[in-house]
Amino acid sequence: MSMEEDLPGTGDQKKFLYVNRRAPYGTIYALESLEVVLIGAAFDQDVSLAFFDDGVYQIVKDQDTSGIGMKNFSPTYRALGDYEVTRLYVEKESLEERGLTPDDLMEITYEDEDDDWAEKPSVRLVSRAELSEVMAEQDVILSF
Amino acid sequence: MLHTVNKSPFEKSTFESCLNHARPGDAVLLIEDGVYGAVKGTAVSGQVAKFNGDLKLYALGPDLAARGIKDASLMEGVSVVDYGGFVDLVAKHDVSQAWL
Repeated sequence: MSMEEDLPGTGDQKKFLYVNRRAPYGTIYALESLEVVLIGAAFDQDVSLAFFDDGVYQIVKDQDTSGIGMKNFSPTYRALGDYEVTRLYVEKESLEERGLTPDDLMEITYEDEDDDWAEKPSVRLVSRAELSEVMAEQDVILSF
Repeated sequence: MLHTVNKSPFEKSTFESCLNHARPGDAVLLIEDGVYGAVKGTAVSGQVAKFNGDLKLYALGPDLAARGIKDASLMEGVSVVDYGGFVDLVAKHDVSQAWL
């Protein structure tokens, strides 16, 4: 294997899945995951994110942290499309258990370069069974 | 007695254990990720509702706002307090128990 294959933008792409299962502010997991996703985006891999269990709370809209003295990092999820992270799998059952609907989530979109830069939703609602399939297809799973 | 709960009821059994040990007339203040337990129409809200009436439930407003939870999403009987209200609750009760 040559050196070049280990550098960004070269070599075979692997499928990376970041698993997000924690609520956003009670622990540091959600913010750490987001930072690793942004760093990893520089390496030209096939990246997708999964949100289930309490992880679905990370992308709920209208978060306002002004009262708790913490940074509101939720707008950053909307920038993921610019980093070519365009697939956010959200588990329906996790939403339902928490009294949430897709309308409670932020509008997160990307511009599809293969379709004249049309703006498309990044969030893909999947069932628990479908999410299992997504996880089974990955080369690397990073869990937060 | 005042109980505070700071863990999500979907991830830990903290809130459930608090409810099962609290005595009638006690107050339970949900803070940090605990505020998810104050939302109606969830997998745990039926369990929580059973204690409503015997216990007085509170949720910390700034923690609700941070998590995008609106007052309209809260279970009936939940009162929202600010940090000053938190202090008042502590002052009003002889003993506070922090469920972690």
